[in-house]
Amino acid sequence: MSTTALYNDQQGGAEAAVEAGQETTATSSSSGAAFGLFSTDFKKNEDLKEMLESNKESLKLEAMKRIVQLISKGKNASDLFPAVVKNVASKNIELKKLVYVYLVRYAEEQQDLALLSISTFQRALKDPNQFIRASALRVLSSIRVPIIVPIMMLAIKEAASDLSPYVRKTSAHAIQKLYSLDADQKEQLIEVIEKLLKDKSTLVAGSVVMAFEEVCPDRIDLIHINYRKLCNLLVDVEEWGQVVIINMLTRYARTQFASPWKEDGILDENEKAFYDSDSEEKQGQREAKPYIMDPDHRLLLRNTKPLLQSRNTAVVMAVAQLYWHLAPKHEVSIVTKSLVRLLRSHREVQYVVLQNIATMSIQRKGMFEPHMKSFYVRSTDATHIKTLKLEILTNLANEANISTILREFQTYVKSQDKAFAAATIQAIGRCATNISEVTDTCLNGLVLLLSNRDETVVAESVVVIKKLLQTQPTQHCDIIKHMAKLFDNITVPMARASILWLMGEYCERVPKIAPDVLRKMAKTFTSEEDIVKLQTVNLAAKLYLTNSKQTKLLTQYILNLGKYDQNYDIRDRTRFIRQLIVPSEKSGALNKYARRILLASKPAPVLESAFKDRDRFQLGTLSHSLNIKTTGYQELSDWPAVAPDPSVRNVEVIEPVQEWAPSLGKAKKPKSDKFYSDDEEKEEEGSGSGSEDSSSRSSSSSSSEESGSESEEESSRDLEKTSSDSEKSSSGSEASSSESESQQKKKKRAKKVTPRKSKQAAADSDSDENGNGPVGKTSSSSAESSSDSESDSEEDSSSDDSPAPQKKTVAKTKPKVEVKSKKEVSLLDLDDFSAAPPSAPKSSVFSSSLLSDLEGLSLSNVSSAMQVTTSSFGPVKTYELLHHMTGKGLSAKYHFPRQPCLYQPSMVAVQVILTNSSDHSLEEIHIGDQSPASLNVHCFNTVERLEPGASVSVSLGIDFSDSTQAANFQLCTKEDQFSVSIQPAVGELLMPSTMKEPDFCSEQKKLMGMNETSATIAMATANTSKQNISKQVLSVANVGVVSSDQNNLQRFAGRTISSGALVLVTLELRESSTALLTINTEKTVMASMLLRDLKQALCQA
Amino acid sequence: MINSLFLISHSGDIFLEKHWKSVISRSVCDYFLEAKEKAGDPENVAPVLQTPHHYLISIYRGKLFFLSVTQTEVPPLFVIEFLHRVADTFQDYFGDCSEVLIKENTVTVYELLEEMLDNGFPLATESNVLKEMIRPPTILRSVVNTLTGGSNVGGTLPTGQLSNVPWRRAGVKYTNNEAYFDVIEEIDAILDKSGTTVFAEIQGVIEACVKLTGMPDLTLSFMNPRLLDDVSFHPCVRFKRWESEHVLSFIPPDGNFRLMSYHVSSQNLVAIPVYVKQNISFLETGSCGRLDITIGPKQTMGKTVESLTVTIPMPKSVLSVNLTATQGTCTFDLTTKVVFWDVGKLNPQKLPNLRGSISIQTGAPKPEENPSINIDMKIQQLAISGLKVSRLDMYGEKYKPFKGVKYVTKAGKFQVRT
Repeated sequence: MSTTALYNDQQGGAEAAVEAGQETTATSSSSGAAFGLFSTDFKKNEDLKEMLESNKESLKLEAMKRIVQLISKGKNASDLFPAVVKNVASKNIELKKLVYVYLVRYAEEQQDLALLSISTFQRALKDPNQFIRASALRVLSSIRVPIIVPIMMLAIKEAASDLSPYVRKTSAHAIQKLYSLDADQKEQLIEVIEKLLKDKSTLVAGSVVMAFEEVCPDRIDLIHINYRKLCNLLVDVEEWGQVVIINMLTRYARTQFASPWKEDGILDENEKAFYDSDSEEKQGQREAKPYIMDPDHRLLLRNTKPLLQSRNTAVVMAVAQLYWHLAPKHEVSIVTKSLVRLLRSHREVQYVVLQNIATMSIQRKGMFEPHMKSFYVRSTDATHIKTLKLEILTNLANEANISTILREFQTYVKSQDKAFAAATIQAIGRCATNISEVTDTCLNGLVLLLSNRDETVVAESVVVIKKLLQTQPTQHCDIIKHMAKLFDNITVPMARASILWLMGEYCERVPKIAPDVLRKMAKTFTSEEDIVKLQTVNLAAKLYLTNSKQTKLLTQYILNLGKYDQNYDIRDRTRFIRQLIVPSEKSGALNKYARRILLASKPAPVLESAFKDRDRFQLGTLSHSLNIKTTGYQELSDWPAVAPDPSVRNVEVIEPVQEWAPSLGKAKKPKSDKFYSDDEEKEEEGSGSGSEDSSSRSSSSSSSEESGSESEEESSRDLEKTSSDSEKSSSGSEASSSESESQQKKKKRAKKVTPRKSKQAAADSDSDENGNGPVGKTSSSSAESSSDSESDSEEDSSSDDSPAPQKKTVAKTKPKVEVKSKKEVSLLDLDDFSAAPPSAPKSSVFSSSLLSDLEGLSLSNVSSAMQVTTSSFGPVKTYELLHHMTGKGLSAKYHFPRQPCLYQPSMVAVQVILTNSSDHSLEEIHIGDQSPASLNVHCFNTVERLEPGASVSVSLGIDFSDSTQAANFQLCTKEDQFSVSIQPAVGELLMPSTMKEPDFCSEQKKLMGMNETSATIAMATANTSKQNISKQVLSVANVGVVSSDQNNLQRFAGRTISSGALVLVTLELRESSTALLTINTEKTVMASMLLRDLKQALCQA
Repeated sequence: MINSLFLISHSGDIFLEKHWKSVISRSVCDYFLEAKEKAGDPENVAPVLQTPHHYLISIYRGKLFFLSVTQTEVPPLFVIEFLHRVADTFQDYFGDCSEVLIKENTVTVYELLEEMLDNGFPLATESNVLKEMIRPPTILRSVVNTLTGGSNVGGTLPTGQLSNVPWRRAGVKYTNNEAYFDVIEEIDAILDKSGTTVFAEIQGVIEACVKLTGMPDLTLSFMNPRLLDDVSFHPCVRFKRWESEHVLSFIPPDGNFRLMSYHVSSQNLVAIPVYVKQNISFLETGSCGRLDITIGPKQTMGKTVESLTVTIPMPKSVLSVNLTATQGTCTFDLTTKVVFWDVGKLNPQKLPNLRGSISIQTGAPKPEENPSINIDMKIQQLAISGLKVSRLDMYGEKYKPFKGVKYVTKAGKFQVRT
């Protein structure tokens, strides 16, 4: 009926509206029915339609606002669908958004009409504005229309490789939506998830893990290679993502690591020994210990710990449960304070946290005992909070604190909240059973309560006393007598039943009273509650057996009453009892045992916490909170007996650099604000690294990331220091030594210590240099930002030694990336760099992703049969380019970042740090004339302005044509020109190359005779270890280490930058610290120079 | 994660619903309303409930229930924390989180909810990011918008969303650059009948109001940071620096925010600023009782105690009271049975006193327990823990900001058992 009314009304409207009406009846009769209810609104809808069809934007907006109001009230507005959907392409953003709201709400009901809007979204998916692309994908994926599943799939796949991390995040959300719409797409979606899991943006991480949890939580194998990355990114992920990732990692860790709970006592030292193995002190201990925590396990624990300080209670809880489930027992207690802190939060938060503490406190009293007073109940607490606090206090009770707790309980018993008072009595009962010292005290206290005026209190006391007496039945006749006296006044059934049971059980101790009680009960039997009747029958039976003389008649009377009771339970019981106790010819052998059956000594009940069995659920989950297994709950598996192969988490040997890509991105950030680097430098000093001169500022700027990757960053800095400060112990500063743990770990695991770490270090310092790039105020100029992006890609090229599988994908998308990158950069200018959300400790989401996007770029320039790897050495020598005395305040320093140059592959990248040491600002710093004229230099963009005291780092590309001839050019400011020159060391004209040993040998054979230069050198004793040799070699020349299994041979490979000629270095160790150094290359001049340099380096200590 | 959100008024009226996945009928709220009915006091409703097909997680804020519905496992705190963020956002936008204001601003509320969650997963919860996308309603803007047809909704991705400092938007400008910090400490205490401290601890927060141009980088250091036992920070604070140097280094969000909250270790004896001499007794015979309360200063460090109020929830059987105060006003709410005494400033020369009689329903038994006394107060210019800010430095910008630090001590959950 309502639908016809609807029709009549709509006749006047547009034809489309009629369709809408039909649609309503066709697809959802319920909406039609609902319609009748709101027919008054319907009148309103009429003018809404007109408004929507008007030409005035403001009218449309007004209409949409009213429609949204209807929706929000839960009223039906679906008949306006055709009128609304027309506005989907509106220019007015607010209008458009409201239309989106409408569309998402009703698309499922009006599928055909909803399809009209799809093309708009498809177009918007290509929009240059990332915000528009993202919101288009959001709405498109929210439209629950099965027909468009393929379109959604396509859009998701495309968005998953979008340049904007925001769009990629949206695509991760869309995965879940599509999965809920059509579960058949699972396989394809998993592929997308797999891809997104590799994403290095912190923005994406949380969302994609969420998608993973929803779509394929059992595909643990997808996590392996991303595990370390996730751990390192964790601190920088937005708070909601943190919760999801932590929960997922908890589950992951339980399947992958060995239990840390076995040899608890020795664990601590154990770990230390493991991590600090470089610092001499504990080296010896390691072998002795049976359990060694997997370094990845430790990584997770360490990286989650700072999150305990989060303001988000969910994050704190997530970390707490992670520690509870994963940490060695003695470490769990660090979460205590944080959990107690949460108790200051909102009531609801308190509720959940207290539940979890209750479960924890059963197993680990010690954790919360020092904070016992935080669980004291206030009269203003809500009842459920009070009960939970009581529960915890009871769990915490022990011999030492019981008197305090009982005193507290005395106050609670008097509470006006009677339910709470009753709960307290139970709690006292539990304390009494658990702690035998106070049983008597408690019992006496409870007996006093029997004279309480409140019935519930008395009843509860009786019940608890009953339980207590059962545990210690010996000498409590007086209490039983006392209770018998009270019996008449107690009306609560449970309490009466309890007393009756007590009488029966101990009837032999109170031979006079028990029959009397039975007599009273016989009088009132019919009006009692069922539970009391049952106990009366019980009492009668027991008395019959023990004292049949007095009670025979009474018993028979009661059994007769019971026989005709309304409740079949009671009738059954009566029949059973009668057969059991009254001897007759029919009753068989059972009769003889009646006494033993009824009067058997019963085991005392154990008073247990209600939270006893909750530990089967993961803490912090909904299942734990409700104490049921909820849908979608993922069981936390037990520790594996033997940990699965940890190497699955290894990313390939060269991976570290790759892994660091995010951190490189982050390092760039400080450039937009020089203050950061200054500031952070101070921090550096504060943390004990000593004063660092400005040349190493670059390295300290890297510390500005307090991100997950900081540990590596810092440790690499450490290494840098060590080498440059001639082996100063890296454990000099406490902080950094602990930071370097992970580094050390890696070192432990893989044998190839040096190349890896030095690679990392190199990459690191590179990024630092760029990090100090265009600085300060100037960063807002667009020129600057473009140079930023250049340096970005420069860094990328540094990380292009990605693992093979990754590489393929990169290579595939290469052309596309190249084209897009330009656009992206311009986009960035506005959104990110010029707007200059500066440095800050957190990672720059954007730049890191840009980084990964551009990863392919430089690859194309340098790819050859053998890959050219990133520079493999960290410590960077800085050379003076211009002293501030000669430069009238302008000073310049340069170093070779050892990364492939972005501008041309044949160029050597040079990083120049310009510092203004004068008291006025310098303007228009640029490069002037160059000599020789043939010299090919890629200049940096003009630095518009350099404030006093500020410094800026710029990058140059110089083609030295494989010669060590100095490049001379002029460094100009607005007023002055200074001639400067850069003379490269021969080792800087190389780039490292990865090679397998067989390749190396075969290449070496091609370069014999003329092309071979060799010399025997006497090495300094300090240099004889393999590690130190490679360190020295790498400090001189930018070459890559060739892994070799021959102990006395060390091989390094590189290529000259300009011509790409191979340079192979072999070092053969002989006796008494002599070695044969051989260099094979076509460039014989270079070979001799390199030989000289290497010789010098290796001879020096 | 979160399927739907319902806003339910104190009286049980569902006045707003929003769905992020497929629509869930509002009849699901019946389970909740039933539980609410059973609990009596809205505070007593369990925050996590279970229905045959859904799980309900709710919070109670500003006389409103925020009820979220979910169908699968989700960490309950995740949802609770998010709901509180929603309530905070409303407060931030509309000045308060109340039924009337939400009804007035339904469209903005809807737009906000749309941005805050995508498919039930939080998308943007940072206030400044939201404000760039959806501007808070002001009278001026609504006038301008109606005249020009402008809108309240931004068209570009907020800078914060992608930046590494999502809490601060770019391009902030002020003519007066100022940074104010309020160190607010609350004393949580339970005193027993005789006046001895059963439990006392100090919880503090530093609320900041920072209006600075550009991208300032601030460093706040304390004279005695060792006092702080347990801390939690706004995400802007660099945790590493806190760990190594015990200074707060951060790029502040724009406007008002809570920089940190801390807990002062309970080993340090907490100074209790006031004492309460009380005598409440109900006579065994007859239906009346007596009340006599005197409050005096104890350890106030030479400052005056202000805004002193006393709240006494009387037993339900109390019919009326007849109380006279030597200072301030005293009221008795007949429905909630709460005696509220607004004392004002505490004068050490002339101690405020409240005395009089209480009458109980005839026939009702003498109340088992005396009511507890809840005290609220404020002491300006004093951080009771002794915490002191030593200096505030700014890097990254050239100008000289106005700086200020204010200390306030308040009573938190300060309860005297009688």
